[in-house]
Amino acid sequence: MAQSFSDVARIFSGAMFAVLSTAMMATGAAAQPVASLVKQGEYLAQAGDCVACHTSPTGKLFAGGRAMPTPFGTLFTSNITPDADTGIGKWTADQFYSMMHTGRSPDGGLLYPAMPFASYTKVTRADSDAIFAFLRSVPAVKQPNRPHDLNFPYNNRSLILGWRTLYFTEGEYKPDASKSAEWNRGAYLVQGLGHCSMCHTAINALGGSSEAKAFEGGLIPMQNWYAPSLTSNKEGGLGDWSIEEISDLLRIGVSARGAVYGPMAEVTYNSLQYLTPEDTRAMAVYLKSLADRGTPDRPVPTTTEAESSLLMRLGKSIYDDKCASCHGMKGEGKPPHYPPLAGNQSIQMSSAVNPIRMVLNGGYPPGTAGNPMPHGMPPFAQALSDDEVAAIVTYIRVAWGNRGAAVSAKEANELRSAPLH
Amino acid sequence: MLAFVVAQAAAARAQEPGQAPDTMAARVLACAPCHGAAGEGTSSDYFPRLSGKPAGYLYNQLLAFRDGRRKYAPMNYLLEFLPDPFLKAMADYYAAERPPFPKPAIPVVSKALLARGEALALHGDPERALPACAACHGPTFTGMEPAIPGLLGLRPNYISAQLGAWRYGTRTAAAPDCMQIVAGHLTEDDVKGLAAWLSSRPAPSNPAPAAHGTHAPPLPCGSQPN
Repeated sequence: MAQSFSDVARIFSGAMFAVLSTAMMATGAAAQPVASLVKQGEYLAQAGDCVACHTSPTGKLFAGGRAMPTPFGTLFTSNITPDADTGIGKWTADQFYSMMHTGRSPDGGLLYPAMPFASYTKVTRADSDAIFAFLRSVPAVKQPNRPHDLNFPYNNRSLILGWRTLYFTEGEYKPDASKSAEWNRGAYLVQGLGHCSMCHTAINALGGSSEAKAFEGGLIPMQNWYAPSLTSNKEGGLGDWSIEEISDLLRIGVSARGAVYGPMAEVTYNSLQYLTPEDTRAMAVYLKSLADRGTPDRPVPTTTEAESSLLMRLGKSIYDDKCASCHGMKGEGKPPHYPPLAGNQSIQMSSAVNPIRMVLNGGYPPGTAGNPMPHGMPPFAQALSDDEVAAIVTYIRVAWGNRGAAVSAKEANELRSAPLH
Repeated sequence: MLAFVVAQAAAARAQEPGQAPDTMAARVLACAPCHGAAGEGTSSDYFPRLSGKPAGYLYNQLLAFRDGRRKYAPMNYLLEFLPDPFLKAMADYYAAERPPFPKPAIPVVSKALLARGEALALHGDPERALPACAACHGPTFTGMEPAIPGLLGLRPNYISAQLGAWRYGTRTAAAPDCMQIVAGHLTEDDVKGLAAWLSSRPAPSNPAPAAHGTHAPPLPCGSQPN
């Protein structure tokens, strides 16, 4: 789908947004020609990554039907094309805004919070109207919504009321007058359409994310990837990254400090690559300001010291043989395509899930306009035993002054069966 | 001791941070553990040789894996966020590679099954309306441009797994899906015989796929333009 948006459209909406970003907080939709409103809505729908969930892998654009496995059962996304019977063809702009803002569909039904309305509530009325205008312009697809397949007791929708009481605060984004327009634009995008907190805030047993722990990181349920904290410099915290490095990571997918991978690759591929450099820069300014809200505990090793030193020796020999040609003898990498491993927060976090999975599964950063032919990391699941995977991951977590802890063969083994796709 | 220090310093210099090579070979390194650096295949039975197959065939497979029409989780995962032009460049890269073929496999099936495989591959079975493999894949089994793959240099387990996947509908291609029709008529023994005989063939003297239109396939094929 991502390829269907032309470069011309991107440049057009980009140019428009450079202007609009300063006027973004103005309330009410100024009378705007329909074509430009649709273009603006397309851009905003990309910023909200609607396509990722509302289009199934082999299905029609925005016709829904994508299975969303959750710890509570499987949800199927809805048809948001303008088909009158099975889509949102009968909705009004008021009803669409109300859904985005309150998490209620026009019949008053409560949406499951897999739809990130706790973030979209921050979207302005003008932006909501533009997205609605864009969705009205896409081809209508007649495809009835598939009923959700939720386990008892989660199949009882009235439980959502409880969830909402705990985790949902309704309200548009309120600009912080003490901060710059750029910071506010970034905060609006990150907290609102970007719905970054859906992954980067730990999800608790009730499927809620606590506001006090906003952006402090967590394991993404069902996917077994760890979404790093955006507030701690020891994890994905971006306090010591430059604005350019953060913006490159978001929009291009690779940077001098590291590359996006796992679920974040999808976000860049479907959404962030289409944003203007001004908008990803604004997000970078805001994200950088989040950092440094405290230091996490040093990771606790799951191995004994004797084991660790054995792992380190084995790990170094495998590293020198298989990894150093790209990542360098001292983990310095050849950025942006071969990420540095020394000082790379992604490797040293308390959770070793991501580096283990990268060694096992490899991966390509997304192909984007800024990096159309990415370099990929080879998978080593077939070539290395659990002990060897543990050794290599231990080595890169501890060598060159990295402050991670050793990992065990058991942890490596468990992730061999993690879902890939 | 001095020599050791000098050697270390030299190694460090050679590894000074630079840039990743701006080549396709570097960009497809992620494929190498399973398919070999030049797509020649590896010792694993189930990972196919890619090199020398027509670029159109390889591109169709890359698109199908990326979009989930052909299912194998490690491939679906690696390709998920790669755009069409990059997949086309990957296909062109492997299509142009000409690494040596592996040693032919030694058949482990009975002589009768091997003979059945040979007969089906070369002549088909008119009584069952089964065309010969050679009718589409060429008399020397090196395939035809742009989208009919060569069948040599593959291991018996890979060939039988793919024929099985076609038979059971877990591997499909653009309609009309000729391979699904053909494989649907094959028996278990046919598959064993074909896999054993094809994998026992020596390397072709000219590994290049035949030019488009060299021979006329007996079945309409959604992947191969007329």
